[in-house]
Amino acid sequence: MGKLSWSAIPFDQPIPMAASLLITVGVFAVLGLVTWKGWWPYLWREWLTSVDHKRIGVMYVLLALVLLLRGFIDAIMMRSQLAIAAGGAQGYLPPEHYDQIFSAHGTIMIFFMAMPFLVGLMNFVVPLQLGVRDVAFPVLNAISFWLTASGALLVNVSLVVGEFARTGWLAYPPLSELQFSPGVGVDYYLWSLEISGIGTLLAGINMVTTILKLRAPGMTYMRMPVFCWTSLCSSMLIVAAFPVLTATFGMLLLDRYAGMHFFTNDGGGNFMMYINLIWIWGHPEVYILALPAFGIFSEVIATFAGKQLFGYRSMVLATLAICVLSFMVWLHHFFTMGAGADVNAVFGIMSMIIAIPTGVKLFNWLFTLYQGRIRFEVPVLWAIGFMVTFAIGGMTGVLQAVPPADFVLHNSLFLVAHFHNVIIGAVLFGAMAGYYYWFPKAFGFTLDRRLGMVSFWCWLVGFYLAFMPLYALGLLGMTRRMQHYADVTWQPYLIVAEAGAVVILCGIAATIAQLVVSIRTREQRRDATGDPWNGRTLEWSTTSPPPSYNFAVLPQVDSLDAFWVMKQRGPVAPPEHYQSIEVPRNSPNGFVTAFFAVVTGFALIWHIWWMAIVGLACAVLTLLVFGWVERHEDEISGEQLADAERARLRVVTPP
Amino acid sequence: MCSLRHINYCRRVLRSTGFAALIAICRVDASRGAGVLDPQGPIAGAERLILLNATAIMLVVVVPVIVLTLAFAWWYRASNKRATYSPDWSYSGHIELVVWSIPAMVVILLAAVAWTSSHELDPPRKLKSDVKPVRIEVVSLDWKWLFIYPDQEVAAVNELVVPIGTPVEFMLTSATVMNAFFVPQLGSQIYTMPGMTTRLNLMADTAGDFPGLSSNFSGDGFSDMRFVVHAVSEAEFASWLARTHGTGPLLNAKAYAQLARTGNAALQTYRSVDPMLFEHIVQTSAQPLAAPLPED
Repeated sequence: MGKLSWSAIPFDQPIPMAASLLITVGVFAVLGLVTWKGWWPYLWREWLTSVDHKRIGVMYVLLALVLLLRGFIDAIMMRSQLAIAAGGAQGYLPPEHYDQIFSAHGTIMIFFMAMPFLVGLMNFVVPLQLGVRDVAFPVLNAISFWLTASGALLVNVSLVVGEFARTGWLAYPPLSELQFSPGVGVDYYLWSLEISGIGTLLAGINMVTTILKLRAPGMTYMRMPVFCWTSLCSSMLIVAAFPVLTATFGMLLLDRYAGMHFFTNDGGGNFMMYINLIWIWGHPEVYILALPAFGIFSEVIATFAGKQLFGYRSMVLATLAICVLSFMVWLHHFFTMGAGADVNAVFGIMSMIIAIPTGVKLFNWLFTLYQGRIRFEVPVLWAIGFMVTFAIGGMTGVLQAVPPADFVLHNSLFLVAHFHNVIIGAVLFGAMAGYYYWFPKAFGFTLDRRLGMVSFWCWLVGFYLAFMPLYALGLLGMTRRMQHYADVTWQPYLIVAEAGAVVILCGIAATIAQLVVSIRTREQRRDATGDPWNGRTLEWSTTSPPPSYNFAVLPQVDSLDAFWVMKQRGPVAPPEHYQSIEVPRNSPNGFVTAFFAVVTGFALIWHIWWMAIVGLACAVLTLLVFGWVERHEDEISGEQLADAERARLRVVTPP
Repeated sequence: MCSLRHINYCRRVLRSTGFAALIAICRVDASRGAGVLDPQGPIAGAERLILLNATAIMLVVVVPVIVLTLAFAWWYRASNKRATYSPDWSYSGHIELVVWSIPAMVVILLAAVAWTSSHELDPPRKLKSDVKPVRIEVVSLDWKWLFIYPDQEVAAVNELVVPIGTPVEFMLTSATVMNAFFVPQLGSQIYTMPGMTTRLNLMADTAGDFPGLSSNFSGDGFSDMRFVVHAVSEAEFASWLARTHGTGPLLNAKAYAQLARTGNAALQTYRSVDPMLFEHIVQTSAQPLAAPLPED
């Protein structure tokens, strides 16, 4: 069994053991419940094997919400540790455990919370907004999702069997090389991100193809909703950047497994190359996350201000500019490496230039609010909270683009506060806005408004409480990743930050309560119209939830905000005949392939070579077998469509 | 440096606006505590000025944006019947011009700051001074700092003594993984990297003890990779050197091997040091079994 033995399970450490028990019991409780209730056939048929982009989108978001909890538990453990570990105190988490927690927190929040959340929303929304029936490659879409889920599973397995990396969320060598990190932690990190990274790359290819090749008749590029534009740019960044990540991790894996010397200190290796490569992926990654969030805000602000988005062309141009520029700034993550004044200055100025299109976006949202008629529903609160918060986060970012300013702020808690300021303030706020906004489209009923408000205000207040003190601590000279500190004057700030984390916890609790309450009262909150917010784009023109084929007849588009214009023109008579359509058949390909990917990943982490070979062979075989299946599609006849449409129109148009 | 009453007023105003970070700025000034806003040398002073200037330049735009966001959101609420509603207004060439030029102008201004300051404050750039600089070689180890004075042939662990008003030229490397050498009150940090040397030039203007640390995570003992900078007068520096020459062990191959063992270390000085030690560490650092230092 390779390196695997009973000692891999942390029986002697109370905190990891309790966490493992909690996870194990939780997983078995859920599996038991599903078995007891007899839900397996339904789950298998409707969800696990689904290739419907909407179902896959929902599963992505669910994965993100579950891992948000995991990542947040890590966060609040760190905050609690630092609230007490002042002066001589060591706190309750020893370094070897604390280091795993901050590494896992960053890895999970970026790769398995933020990414699936936004990829899930793109998956769900983009085909509907484009007025088409699915993504370009539906089965590939399922494979992408399940590979992402595999990575998430492996990261969480590390909690029970073995350990996680203690090297930070980007695992800089030489610390992450075998010489300094001989355990399986870094291998868990690398293999889970290799597997999920391939999933993300495939999802990006799928999304780019969908947007470039599948659009409703008449939907030219300049008639696409802004969210489609930002999804396109984000997906193009995925396609360009993720191979770099996969290759970089691949080289580190070769160092660790095959004794090579890409990034080692000895044998001619050069770890500075890793740091360059990882940020050539890493900075575009920031925009891979931020751009879809910007798109969500554009949709939300226009809808709830009851106005066309101000400066659509500017918005598109700014998005494209960010997309290109994001590849030209990576060096600002290590100005302190000593590259020299010219190099530092050029990369500093390039980084500032990104602030121009980003600033334009902020102004355009501002002028969309101007002379609008703003309905203060939950999504628009997230959007306004974002505009204020992001202005501050953007400013502290540009500040650090001035190299000499970065010389004193780099790796300090000021930096930590900055990137949480933009990642929570833009990405998470955007994801939450999108979640609330599109939930009724996905399930046919709205979420509870009052609990949504509670969640928003807790997150907003909690964010400021938790991160403003970190800006101050950074200026006071506190660096990141400390497990304890000598200077007791820092402690009050860290106690305030802890309080902020508790307020955010209340926000998360409100989000969970909102979901539970809304599901229980779903009959009262049914939305029969399919258009609960008086929307502007095509996703609101079909039923909620949309049928598997999205649109019985592909909509004809001749302007921006296509659905808004349709509503202005009044109802159109339904066609006499409906053409039959083909919808892709469910396929267990994704689920089964991903299962073997997990087996392979686990085997490689523990050096169980026979199992790795079997797992990989089975994964390839699965792909081949399902790839050669004869029938991929089911037909829905014209009559069936006509019946469904009559039923829909009876509800939508009042008699 | 604001007066106490000024500070209290400042705190009250800021607390009410919720900018905890700015409260900290006031407090730092008040207590003369540590941190990058309390510079004790020319580099740190220049960097603080850049921090404040750049922030001020950006606040000119950021504050109005925040105020306008809140004002527009409030005035154009659906229930306000006095507000104008223009559902189809979505383009204005003049506004477009303004929204592209405002951030562009801010960036042009900041780019000029970035370009000149990157060159003036480039870490390897020697400081202008009539005083002969002190050379110090810095080695980060798991998990402690070794400071070697090659010209004086002494060394110290986790303690750095520098004369005030004298430029200090650092040559830095790491014996194991990457770290970063950082004294917040003296300014610029720089990575220490195995097999490579980086250069840094700093100077202390006033006497005092300033905390220093590693700002790049390097493993389990990272949190204790702290050191103290004692900035002392020329005379005191000379007497420290004399004291150090008279006491403590010799830093030879054996003593270095002992010191290089993984773990934290207490303060320590060495009365003499092999002049080739730093170069040797750069050449052999972090090899699985570091070649032994040649015995002489």
